[in-house]
Amino acid sequence: MTEFTTTRQNPLIDPTMHIWHAEIPLYLFLGGLVAGVMVIGGLWLLRRPEGPRSRALALLPWAAPVLLSLGMLFLWLDLENRFNAFRFYLAFQAGSPMSWGSWILLAVYPASLGLAWHTTPADLKATVRGRLRDPRWLAAMDRWLASRARGLALASVVLGAALGIYTGVLLGTLAARPLWNSAILGPLFLVSGLSTGAAFMLFSRLDGGERRTLARADLWLIGVELFLIAIWITGLLSGGAAARAAAGTLLGGSYTAAFWTLVVAVGLVTPLVAEWIELRRGEVPGRFAAGLVLVGGLALRWIVVFAGQHAGWPTDVAAF
Amino acid sequence: MSGPRYAMAVDTRTCVGCSACVIACKTENDVPRGYARDWITTETRGTFPSLHMTIRSERCNHCENAPCVTACPTGASYYGPGGTVLVNKAKCTGCKACIASCPYGARFVDPGSGTIDKCTFCVHRRADGGAYTTACQDVCPTGSIVFGDLDDPDSEISRALRTRPSETLLPEAGTEPRHYFLR
Repeated sequence: MTEFTTTRQNPLIDPTMHIWHAEIPLYLFLGGLVAGVMVIGGLWLLRRPEGPRSRALALLPWAAPVLLSLGMLFLWLDLENRFNAFRFYLAFQAGSPMSWGSWILLAVYPASLGLAWHTTPADLKATVRGRLRDPRWLAAMDRWLASRARGLALASVVLGAALGIYTGVLLGTLAARPLWNSAILGPLFLVSGLSTGAAFMLFSRLDGGERRTLARADLWLIGVELFLIAIWITGLLSGGAAARAAAGTLLGGSYTAAFWTLVVAVGLVTPLVAEWIELRRGEVPGRFAAGLVLVGGLALRWIVVFAGQHAGWPTDVAAF
Repeated sequence: MSGPRYAMAVDTRTCVGCSACVIACKTENDVPRGYARDWITTETRGTFPSLHMTIRSERCNHCENAPCVTACPTGASYYGPGGTVLVNKAKCTGCKACIASCPYGARFVDPGSGTIDKCTFCVHRRADGGAYTTACQDVCPTGSIVFGDLDDPDSEISRALRTRPSETLLPEAGTEPRHYFLR
């Protein structure tokens, strides 16, 4: 038997690290959701550049910059030295996913605003132009965006995907946290973000065809997400002692009940079955499954962030 | 590499865990109340009555491959003189990525400034010639803390690491610590 005692009692570090609180999972959830809205919005524009779409679908891309701003507010609130936040934009650290992320966020803004304005219904655009003293610049921008609609759609897809994947990579590169230290976390957070983005869109007044398309996509995304979760846990279980101990937090440890009920049962399996039944019966998918997907998406990030901090290098591994 | 390559070693045969190093560090570096840049870890192995105890004075390992420097998004964490791992507080946002990346739990948030704080190997004491002693080393009553330049074959630490078996913490983390424990 080995027993460790330490005189160190640094707040937020001991006995287990808990430096990141609610702000981080909320930001990761909103970032993923925004990534989903941008990727889906961009793909929709690519496939049906001029096609008819409901007013709700045309307005949905506005959710991206609005929710991203909310997410970035949470991110800013998490900083311990908030007045130095501008320092993110005075440096680019190639090895730091957080540095990549801060620059990706900067690029996402104009792309999401461009997509949102481009897909805004013509009557609303006319109303906005009517209220401006000099609407010529807006009309010029409109023409510019229309002439580059394909590029705009591609930029939305690429930057949305980058935003979605970086949130997972950010945690995945932290080798000191065995639960996070997995290359699967990037794709997992991306797919979960796409799924929550689709679910968020299903909450608006889309028409039947649009709802079916999104629900069908969501069904596949949920399936892939379950597969990635299985690979993630399998990878941890086949790793070293620290990785196996980290997996233990979800397999019998303190986050087991929350993970398997909120993330897997409520957030993935139930909506998977519900959407499958809806689509199989030819019904228009409702908001029930979509709501559960959103609950599951937030729960996934919440539990991964908290459990990951809980599972450091176990002290019995830290011995020499 | 040119210039000194600072490293520290703690003699686990003579360290008695008196915490003088902890107090000296707090005084020297004005460490906030309730926080510590160095600390004492006691490891007890075996089954009573066959027990073996090791006492270690621990701190930031000033790793050669420091994950905190890599994870820092603003360049606030950097390699300073002699390979010390330092924090430029003017650049630090308190994002805590470095804390999450450190497998040793050596960093903390300074509650006053909101920036990250940790052991600096007392690099502010460094003289022009590069040789100096740290506060923890100066007060150690058993002389258990050895500090110096690894690139100087005649330095006390080079001789200690040549003549005694030594270990680092979590070598499997791949961080290449510059803090050794003599057995």
